[in-house]
Amino acid sequence: MQTVGRTRTHFLIRAWTAFVVLAIYLPIACGALAGLSKGRYFAFPVKILSGEWWGKTWDSLEIQVLVQNSVLIALIVTVLSVLFAFFGALAFARYPWKGRRAFQRLLLLPIFFPQPVLGLALLLWFNALGISPTWKTAVVAHLVWIVPVVTLVIAIQVFSFDPVLEEAASDLGASRLFTLRTVTLPILWPGIWSGALFAFLLSWGNFPLSLYTAGADSTIPKWLYSKMVAGYTPMVPALGTMSTLTAAALLLGGGLIRFLIRRRAELRAREG
Amino acid sequence: MADTSLSAPGPKLSPGLRASLPVLFLLIAGFLAPLLTVAAYAFATPKSFDVFRSFTLENLSAIFDPNNTVWTSFVWSLALAFACVAILLVICYPIAFGLNKVFGKWSGFVSVLFVFPLFVSENVRLYGWVLFFIKNGVLDGALKWFGFSGGPELLYTPGITLFGMIYVYLPFMLFPMTLGIAMIPRDLVDAASDLGAGRLMIWREIELPLAMPGILIGALLTFVLAAGAVAEAKILGGQSVITITQDIEVAFTYAQNWPMGSALALILVLIVSGLALSAMARLDLDKILGKR
Repeated sequence: MQTVGRTRTHFLIRAWTAFVVLAIYLPIACGALAGLSKGRYFAFPVKILSGEWWGKTWDSLEIQVLVQNSVLIALIVTVLSVLFAFFGALAFARYPWKGRRAFQRLLLLPIFFPQPVLGLALLLWFNALGISPTWKTAVVAHLVWIVPVVTLVIAIQVFSFDPVLEEAASDLGASRLFTLRTVTLPILWPGIWSGALFAFLLSWGNFPLSLYTAGADSTIPKWLYSKMVAGYTPMVPALGTMSTLTAAALLLGGGLIRFLIRRRAELRAREG
Repeated sequence: MADTSLSAPGPKLSPGLRASLPVLFLLIAGFLAPLLTVAAYAFATPKSFDVFRSFTLENLSAIFDPNNTVWTSFVWSLALAFACVAILLVICYPIAFGLNKVFGKWSGFVSVLFVFPLFVSENVRLYGWVLFFIKNGVLDGALKWFGFSGGPELLYTPGITLFGMIYVYLPFMLFPMTLGIAMIPRDLVDAASDLGAGRLMIWREIELPLAMPGILIGALLTFVLAAGAVAEAKILGGQSVITITQDIEVAFTYAQNWPMGSALALILVLIVSGLALSAMARLDLDKILGKR
């Protein structure tokens, strides 16, 4: 009797999860549909599908600038946040040191903080320093939020790392830099790779921080928001869908590369 | 190059502290300093930019003035955040349980499905819901197509604002909760079951207490983020609810009253961090008790 009950519970759990997943992707699908429908205003059921607005979005010079801004910000944020977070993760998980617990809590604070308020606080701070906000200040704002996230992602990998390996290398006479290159980095690669992927995607999709700290420069989410509030065109859902598809492609590609890295490491370990 | 700087003479720092320095620098310059600036602005002359040069309690006393209705924004934000947490606890628990015990080799894939929306900016996803609920939108159009008189008018209400918050913050509840449930050892549940404990009793006496740290982190994270939410109320709610973050934003932008915005932000930060810190303290206690 208990197995019957368990099967039923498991079925209900599966059905509920499927329902929630569908609900999560429903608005994304609605946006895709609106971007592909002909005509200035959206009406369902869609009578004629067309790539008209995709074409217009693709050709728009204004949007090219936005994409350049978004890519530039996300690339710089990725490189810098991985550098910061690599050492941050070692401090978080590798070394036993006096301030570690306090450091761990401090690191969590920006994640446990409403992003619009953080963006406004940074705007005030930049103003007090006499820095006028541009895409460069947006990079700083993204880093404040993304570095803690990436640190956590890499720290998970560091937790599974045996410090004895590093000690053995240095006992055998390897320099610190050599140990880092040949022992520490190869082991941490999967975590660093995931962290970089997270950094790029979180920066790419970030809206509240860019809204307040990018000044006159615009990013894709910021531009979409300004058009949602005033002056809707079907370019809004079209660009939103393009941006979503880009993120999906990056996530898939990144996941595939991570898988290949791991397989190569396994093969090498078997050969060696 | 790193080698020479590491072995340079001078006061010797522990390797952990040394590794933490870049992040510490970033958090001090990019997180603590801005918050201190907000605190300083909160005590500056109203409608001025005299930060660090004037000290007055006028902004705070204006907020606590009984004639000021800004308190309704606080009440709305906190009430919505509270409701959001309560509903998400119920929505996410079965999924978190499933990710741990039911989906097996599929759970990685299901997790990715829940992670991915985090990489799509929230305004795009919320706007998708506008297209779904709007007049002649997906819901309304589909119902008319089936011969009904059209969809209900759900858009631009406080209820839809709450719905948007639940939608956006779901992953922030789900993943800590999943980690929490992963902390339940299977043999303990089996042992209790062998000893004749019922399903409900196992859940209440074993599973829930052991998963509590994760659930608490999820609830806290969701509450804090929801209390500072603004996009949901603007895009879906059509400003039928003014959240506190919107008041702060208006003070900073249209009203050009930075000291007032800072005073409001300071109160929000105090509420949020007070909750976060008190829950974190309780969390450690639970961990110590759980360690044995």
